[in-house]
Amino acid sequence: MLLFIFRRLSVLIPTFLGVTLLTFGLIRMIPGDPIEVMVGERTLDPVMHAEAMHRLGLDKPLPAQYADYLTNLLHGNFGESLITRDSVWHEFTTLFPATLELATAAMIFAVVVGLLAGVVAAIKRGSIFDHGVMGISLTGFSMPIFWWGLILIMFFSVKLGWTPVSGRLDLAYDITPRTGFMLIDSWLAERADPSANAGAFVDALKHLILPAIVLGTIPLAVIARMTRSSMLEVLREDYVRTARAKGLSPARVIFIHTLRNALIPVLTVIGLQVGTLMGGAVLTETIFSWPGIGKWLIDAISRRDYPVVQNGILIVATLIIVVNFIVDILYGIANPRIRHAK
Amino acid sequence: MMSLLTIKNLSVAFGNPANPFRAVENMDLTVNQGEIVGIVGESGSGKSVTMMALMGLIDAPGRVTADELSFDGKNLLKMSARERRKIVGKDIAMIFQDPMTSLNPSYTVGYQIMEVLKVHQGLRGAALKQRALELMEMVEIPAAKSRLDAYPHQLSGGMSQRVVIAMAIACNPKLLIADEPTTALDVTIQAQIMELLVNLQKSQNMALIMITHDLAVVAEVADRVAVMYAGQVAELGRVPELFRQPAHPYTEALLSSIPEHSKGAERLSTLPGIVPGQYDRPSGCLLSPRCPYAQERCRAERPLLTPSANGSVRCHFPLIAQPVEIRDRKVAQ
Repeated sequence: MLLFIFRRLSVLIPTFLGVTLLTFGLIRMIPGDPIEVMVGERTLDPVMHAEAMHRLGLDKPLPAQYADYLTNLLHGNFGESLITRDSVWHEFTTLFPATLELATAAMIFAVVVGLLAGVVAAIKRGSIFDHGVMGISLTGFSMPIFWWGLILIMFFSVKLGWTPVSGRLDLAYDITPRTGFMLIDSWLAERADPSANAGAFVDALKHLILPAIVLGTIPLAVIARMTRSSMLEVLREDYVRTARAKGLSPARVIFIHTLRNALIPVLTVIGLQVGTLMGGAVLTETIFSWPGIGKWLIDAISRRDYPVVQNGILIVATLIIVVNFIVDILYGIANPRIRHAK
Repeated sequence: MMSLLTIKNLSVAFGNPANPFRAVENMDLTVNQGEIVGIVGESGSGKSVTMMALMGLIDAPGRVTADELSFDGKNLLKMSARERRKIVGKDIAMIFQDPMTSLNPSYTVGYQIMEVLKVHQGLRGAALKQRALELMEMVEIPAAKSRLDAYPHQLSGGMSQRVVIAMAIACNPKLLIADEPTTALDVTIQAQIMELLVNLQKSQNMALIMITHDLAVVAEVADRVAVMYAGQVAELGRVPELFRQPAHPYTEALLSSIPEHSKGAERLSTLPGIVPGQYDRPSGCLLSPRCPYAQERCRAERPLLTPSANGSVRCHFPLIAQPVEIRDRKVAQ
């Protein structure tokens, strides 16, 4: 098992290098530099511009800048924002819990509903339920996230008034962040001071529910379809017939003998969806004014805030890589044949 | 003596009800306690489907109908699925063709054997493990204790089949169905597995239904044999007699295609043509397009399974006509 982990780890180094090169290159391809953007439409003295660029080290040739960047990274230095002068790492850790909370809620929604729908669709293959689930998930998969978000806001927030339109919590509440997860923080605050913070938890939940559904829709569709096809494949396996011939109950046959094996490809897909989730978070956070890293990165790009873009994306990419790595290991646990492969 | 298993007029149909494909048609079979019955026939003749129907493993859109399907005095047709599962895997157990795919790759061998014992006998803890070990020793798995925690992919085909057999005999079944248990194995392992099955059948006093392509195996171990063709029983009879004097042209053709029976011949004897499919089933006898003895009546009218010299036969003109002959022969023996 250790060897397995090491082998997987060694593949990661080129991936990291690729990410740094890509973000470094792409952000510099966008016309304009941080100083120009900061100054805006006012005319800029070329001498002052050059001076400012020199101060930021942006006048050096690109390979030298890249080398500086990598050296800093190797020292664990993510740099500081050109705009706020706050360290990138600090900004990230402040904003990340909001994204994590949203992504977790979206993933729980997608996995629970997706697995259930996929399993039932596979068992009742060809039924109305099966066609319904597959139709809906195809629609969900093809739907643009921003449009879907707006439709839900229009219906549930504006027309029915069930949920708030944006943000994480009503302005009436003043809650000290402890974990960064609004659901937990509001619950703690409500317990500590029930009179001042009455209803804070429910309010936080109401704020979370629509963005989570919007963000979870595509993963949900993918998971449901993958679960269904994987289940159908495994249901045809000889060992499922053996399980039935042993006189086991249908629930045992499905959940112990079929789902466990069917989960292997689904796990991979769930891991891959973490990437989709981060991409979707950018849009979802923008639509719902959710103060997370998606919104942070979008703002950084428009300000040409090189350190924030480069390192923010690197941190996000690292997270995705780590999640996929964990999935790889889970894969080994779920499937003994992989674990034992030499 | 009341038979252990009685199948009367069993049919299994697939496809749309207006024009179904009958994988098994008017199947009759009885199996007595402690008896070995062979079922032979080529691929697609309905051998396995019949047994799957008996096990209750035919799913919609497949449809199973029968006049009688009873086991050990119990009517399987009238049972709920839940009641039936109490018999399946316990009193009737089945082993399958390919042992490498018959075991769940995600669970240890021990878990899969113990699962049967847990579900049907409610064994727990040390007794459960003890019994699993005992079973693995019964099927002659060497170093059983260390194999308990092995995963199926760590075992050879022969070992896997022994595990499958251990699972099947876990609850001392009264009837064991072996569906081509040796087809996927090496020749040397085939003999071992077959010997193991026959020994277990004797020591446990089980009835054994042996589905196979291998006529030599049937000749060696079975008491009676059912020859199937295109979803029907063509001939049913006691083993030495049926092999010595087949009453059905199809049985005769099968026997003459055995290499040992064709010594000196340039080519093996064959029956021209193929088994009829869904759309080219003749209205008369199903064998009539291929039968060297076919006459006008064969092409017009389907024969029924009727008593013959050695058992029963589905043929208008059986090759040995009269029961008289058998009486003479029996006296002679």
